Amino acid sequence: MTLGIRVIACLDVDQGRVVKGVNFEGLRDAGDPCELALKYSNEGVDELVFLDISASHSDRSTTLDVVRRTADTVFIPLTVGGGVRSVDDIDALLRAGADKVSINTAAIARPDLLREAAERFGSQCIVLSIDARREPEMPSGFGVTTHGGRRSAGLDALEWAQTGAALGVGEILLNSMDADGMQTGFDLEMIGAVRTIVNIPVIASGGAGRLEDFAPAVQAGANAVLAASVFHFGQLTFESIKNDLAGRGIPVRAVQVAGMDGP
Amino acid sequence: MSVKKSVVVLDYGFGNVRSAVRALEHIGLEVKLTSDFETAMAADGLVIPGVGAFAACMAGIEAVNGPALVDARLIAGAPILGICVGMQIMFDRGIEHDQECNGLGQWPGTVTKLPASITPHMGWNTVQAPEDSLIFAGLAHESFYFVHSYAAQEWAMTDTDKYQKPPLVTWCNYESPFVAAVENGPLTAVQFHPEKSGEAGLGLLRNWALTLT
Repeated sequence: MTLGIRVIACLDVDQGRVVKGVNFEGLRDAGDPCELALKYSNEGVDELVFLDISASHSDRSTTLDVVRRTADTVFIPLTVGGGVRSVDDIDALLRAGADKVSINTAAIARPDLLREAAERFGSQCIVLSIDARREPEMPSGFGVTTHGGRRSAGLDALEWAQTGAALGVGEILLNSMDADGMQTGFDLEMIGAVRTIVNIPVIASGGAGRLEDFAPAVQAGANAVLAASVFHFGQLTFESIKNDLAGRGIPVRAVQVAGMDGP
Repeated sequence: MSVKKSVVVLDYGFGNVRSAVRALEHIGLEVKLTSDFETAMAADGLVIPGVGAFAACMAGIEAVNGPALVDARLIAGAPILGICVGMQIMFDRGIEHDQECNGLGQWPGTVTKLPASITPHMGWNTVQAPEDSLIFAGLAHESFYFVHSYAAQEWAMTDTDKYQKPPLVTWCNYESPFVAAVENGPLTAVQFHPEKSGEAGLGLLRNWALTLT
């Protein structure tokens, strides 16, 4: 009986559609987040993240519909983030069937949103998403960014993680903006630094490219590893990552045989 | 001709109940989300979900006359399934942030903070179920999805009634042992989320549904 390290897939969703050129055979509609979520669930992913990158508010109502359809058919945990500004936004997503909601920019503008959300809905469903990069002028050497890593928020990433934990979030989604998209491995130093200062789970994100990238992130202190394009482009399977982790003595949930359920 | 078994998911304004409702529908049950006493009494099974704080869940349950409903069903031998905080409130009390709150007192003991280095206990874990467990039949090596910082860490019930089958207690371990599930006559409860545990979770719900009469 050991808690497994989670392998998480992230889907960027714009106007209810998966973006980043997902291309799979055998799916009726590979652009449908719901269908892709079901495929990944059947293939052994432990958890799913939908990141809503829709620009407008009306497009985000489409996301609610996607969340509803996904929660109705996919029975593994689903975190939804992107553009979450208020307690009402969180309420709408949870009601639609999200298990957790991740908050990013809005919390930088108003940290108390984290406290209000955790008090109202419980810590277990509030995730603080931090887009961090190396900023030598910050005390820890790691700074928080906004606008997809293009602007500095003027916050020390470690202090921000600590503040989020103190305000009651249940988990930290740590995105390395330096490593993101590079496929050269996670920022291990950053993962280790955040691990040492918070006692809530840390999800490592950004930089996954090869099979051997995942174990070092776990050894650096990550409780979960998140990736996107390596799954969407079929470079890596959940099973191969889990086999690699298990082979290195890292506990994972065995990939289940899919398609056994009725009706 | 078979008639679908009916289940009520107790609606007391807490938790992501949509997933629980859909998972139960998915395995072929007729599901109603309500807090109506008569409807909940008449259903073959009652599911009590729960997330967040113990005290807040208890307040919600009390507001819909839940304690009387649980008592009335159990006296009638009618099955109940508690999930997550819906399990925790079956114990005598819970202590969160130094605040003590009475539970439904179906089982002795106190729900307390997990003494782990990282909380919540979040993710997939395996359990140690007794061999004659009904709900874990065929699922002995499966993992289930947990999200919680509190749990019953002792099982204090002594088996004094020789006419009653002793409760089946399933354990999990997260740096130290805690109660993951209890099967006690009509009252079943699980600390994890079967509705979020993929095929294993649906299998557990199917096993429970088989106990409905």
